[in-house]
Amino acid sequence: MTPVSPALAALAIGDDGEPLIRWDWIRRNLSDDILSALKEHLILSFTPILLGLVIALPLGIACARWRRLYGPVLAVTSVLYALPSIALFVVLVAFSGLTYTTVVVPLTLYTLSVLVPSVVDGLGSVPAHVRQSAVAMGFGELRRLVQVDLPIALPVVMAGLRVATVSNISLVSVGALIGIGGLGELFTDGLRRDFPTPLVVGIVLIITLALLSDLILLLIQRLLTPWERARATRRKNRGQSRDRDRVPAAREGETA
Amino acid sequence: MITFDGVTKRYPDGTVAVDGLDLEIQAGRITVLVGPSGCGKTTTLRMINRMVDATDGTVAVDGKDVRDVDPPALRRGIGYVIQQAGLFPHRTIVDNIATVPYLLGWDKKKARAEAHALMARVGLDPGLAKRFPAQLSGGQQQRVGVARALAADPPIMLMDEPFSAVDPIVRAGLQDEFLRLQDEVEKTIVFVTHDIDEAVKLGHRIAVFQVGGRLAQYTTPDELLSAPADDFVSDFLGGDRGIRRLRFSQELDAEQAAETSRSRGDALGQDAAGPAVADR
Ligand SMILES: Nc1ncnc2c1ncn2[C@@H]1O[C@H](COP(=O)(O)OP(=O)(O)OP(=O)(O)O)[C@@H](O)[C@H]1O
Ligand SMILES: [Mg+2]
Repeated sequence: MTPVSPALAALAIGDDGEPLIRWDWIRRNLSDDILSALKEHLILSFTPILLGLVIALPLGIACARWRRLYGPVLAVTSVLYALPSIALFVVLVAFSGLTYTTVVVPLTLYTLSVLVPSVVDGLGSVPAHVRQSAVAMGFGELRRLVQVDLPIALPVVMAGLRVATVSNISLVSVGALIGIGGLGELFTDGLRRDFPTPLVVGIVLIITLALLSDLILLLIQRLLTPWERARATRRKNRGQSRDRDRVPAAREGETA
Repeated sequence: MITFDGVTKRYPDGTVAVDGLDLEIQAGRITVLVGPSGCGKTTTLRMINRMVDATDGTVAVDGKDVRDVDPPALRRGIGYVIQQAGLFPHRTIVDNIATVPYLLGWDKKKARAEAHALMARVGLDPGLAKRFPAQLSGGQQQRVGVARALAADPPIMLMDEPFSAVDPIVRAGLQDEFLRLQDEVEKTIVFVTHDIDEAVKLGHRIAVFQVGGRLAQYTTPDELLSAPADDFVSDFLGGDRGIRRLRFSQELDAEQAAETSRSRGDALGQDAAGPAVADR
């Protein structure tokens, strides 16, 4: 990392002669400040995701089943979403003090406001004829939910999960304003000292974290929903099947 | 045997979909319910497996009131095929077909083996077993739907316009194979269609419904064509010209059937080891 190319070094020089990045600062603070900030950032952004998922699933399922519930729930979560996070943090400090809880609770609420509609929409994406044929085959309600409705809802739920994850990773930094903000604290540190290196490190790490999390979630989604890709390869594979039709014309008609 | 005794269905919004229906559906035969859109065919069908409960009267299977049976248990013993096939998009073809055996708690291996055997019976390439429904053509999906309904070998099959989403040529092929299959399995089949040609081709008995959920005539195809009960029925058959056309295609089908059964008889020696005959 030490041999910085001249071009990069030139680019890194700010107006006041202070470079955007001081590699030796990074080296000195890596194991303490930077890594612990990263760890805190991970905890603060993924705890709300897990909590949100655990609450949003039953809540979304209930809203999909009793549609009358959905209106009020949606109203509440939308209002919560509209509240600035800093306001929620400040209010919560009065209750839970300067603890992780103060950041985790608002972020969980944001996660809910994204995930509950995702679960409801996902369940709504199950085609009526599929649901009816499940009923007609003799699925009980719980088994239908677990084996038919939820798997089919999964892509939509995962899309919501990805949005919530990226948004949480970015929102955690706001917590730095009350002193609990993971990588966000590098921002406050840099700003306070008029020292750009922590700022740059923070931004790069947050963006990397967001991209990486999104990628991992996408991979998980791919693995969990192999049929979604099958849809995309349909065109490529068609016509390969040997249908046992007696009428040759019928085969033409089917695969056309 | 399935019996409707004074059955009426009134939906919560007041629509009377079926009105005082008396109907006896013979075991081991194909009974076709036909009539214009909204005449209550689907409602009638669904009262058999209790996806709809009758408002009045009783529906009985082999003398037993369906209301006395727990719906999931009742439904696992009744095959059901619908127009859009209703396949589970997230399950492979063999797992789709094995749905009811899985629900009944069969051993997974046995259920899969049965599903594979059924694929051959309904004319599906076994190579499709690991595909997902979206990778199949409409006609193939419909075959999977039929195989799925047959998987646990239920004595009764309910079919709601199963072949009407595919184009006419594929439909004709599916109908022929369906008749051939029914010759082997002899299920009690209730088949809904709004297509009178299909009704005449497939039905041992035809129930013509009238909008408002009333049964206009219930008889054999021959009887229906030679003695329509009233103006509604004869209009539905397409008047004199329609009846002549239906008779003509009926004869054509009979000839074709005789021919294929003759050629099948010749080929039986080689076919005996095929999957269609094995296993049952
Ligand atoms: N869930 C429901 N609630 C209220 N009315 C209904 C319901 N389902 C069906 N109906 C009405 O009952 C009547 C019969 O419907 P049904 O679906 O049985 O007709 P159908 O003969 O199957 O028609 P199609 O050929 O169009 O499928 C129609 O007037 C329909 O609008
Ligand atoms: Mg219908």
